[in-house]
Amino acid sequence: MTKLKTQSLHKKGSDLAQSNRQLEILSNGIFQNGELPTFKDKISETSQFPLKAKKLEILQINVGYMCNQVCEHCHVDAGPDRKEIMTRETMQQCLEVIKNSGAHTLDLTGGAPEMNPDFRWFVEEAAKVGIKDFIVRSNLTIIRANKKYYDLPEFFKKHNVHVVSSMPHWTRGKTDKQRGDGVFDKSIKALQELNAVGYGMPDSNLRLDLVYNPSGAFLPGDQMAMEKDFKKALMEDFAIQFHNLFAITNLPISRFLDYLIASENYEDYMYQLVDAYNPAAVANVMCTNTLSVSWDGYLYDCDFNQMLELPVNSKAKHISEFNEELLEGRNIVISQHCYGCTAGAGSSCQGVVA
Amino acid sequence: MSKTYYDPADLRKFGKITEWSEELGNKFFEYYGKVFEEGALSAREKSLIALAVAHTEQCPYCIDAYTKDGLQRGVTKEEMMEAIHVGAAIKSGATLVHGVQMMNKVNKLDG
Repeated sequence: MTKLKTQSLHKKGSDLAQSNRQLEILSNGIFQNGELPTFKDKISETSQFPLKAKKLEILQINVGYMCNQVCEHCHVDAGPDRKEIMTRETMQQCLEVIKNSGAHTLDLTGGAPEMNPDFRWFVEEAAKVGIKDFIVRSNLTIIRANKKYYDLPEFFKKHNVHVVSSMPHWTRGKTDKQRGDGVFDKSIKALQELNAVGYGMPDSNLRLDLVYNPSGAFLPGDQMAMEKDFKKALMEDFAIQFHNLFAITNLPISRFLDYLIASENYEDYMYQLVDAYNPAAVANVMCTNTLSVSWDGYLYDCDFNQMLELPVNSKAKHISEFNEELLEGRNIVISQHCYGCTAGAGSSCQGVVA
Repeated sequence: MSKTYYDPADLRKFGKITEWSEELGNKFFEYYGKVFEEGALSAREKSLIALAVAHTEQCPYCIDAYTKDGLQRGVTKEEMMEAIHVGAAIKSGATLVHGVQMMNKVNKLDG
């Protein structure tokens, strides 16, 4: 029987909704008693501490934590009960930065970004800037959630948006276990609709990529092998096509941390991450070329640091104070969750990095 | 001393066997790694074979390791259980096929 969450940790008043509680867990126990090295100690072994930001390439904007789904492992703790939503005023400040920064990729995320009432306005305005790669992270089911969203595939096409969508598995059982009952069928329908307007087709410029993250306390397998299996299964079973699969490691924060602790997998999972540590992945972790903007305009090294409320180590802390020169070369803020991005072939919002 | 013969945490220490015989240990791990590389069989197929053999060998460490390995490769629980049945079928078949030897002996001694 699939047990599903219906409320965010915030709504439930869980201890783990508090970022300082999560950081405490990540710093104590096996990392405090020396059983496992801290991330700082580990990257120091290869003289990679402090980790420094390079030139900004990707601006990732979280337009709100509201979502139509309550996924088992969501690092955002998103859900219908989350009310944090980016205002048009903050979006305008973001647009100024998009116009003037050297970033080649704009990456909109959430929650379900489409649920922000100013989402379409923001996409229209941002598309005018002519950024090279304009990503919207869509959970797919939103396209089928309400008829006001039915035209999203056409809307994305009109603005040449690069759609990146989560799909934990090519089987119904494993997908619904992680993302909720009925999610698989709705996702399949949404993918077929995206295919129908040209998304994901082999020669199409309309990019459709899928994100795979494991459904439990284990690391993702080889990205290319998984992509092959996904492509074969989705084509044979549903005639669905897509471009690339990004294999992303679950980071031990928020609801995934809650799951790890409740299922008594936390220590084993941290061992897996540390054992799979790959110094080559450290050189390319996404925080070194990405800036994450929260719904209220504050700046973070990545979406995970945003959720842990670890702001950038810079005088420019808000999008209204954005200063590319000031932010470049900043020291990245780290903790033990960072092992999630350096395990195996590494992990980022664009998949493997090494 | 541990009160049980098997401790799940010992699996993590597997690599330490090289400490008492470096050359042989290293050669074993090199061979082991090579065996599981993509070849005429895919790494996924090899993982399922390993899972089935882990059960016929009744090695708890191997069962833990290749269940996790299968999950990482997107192997479903139905595929895992089918693989184990293959191992079980061979195990039981191997027992039963010796029944012919018993029959031969009965026929010779008391036929």
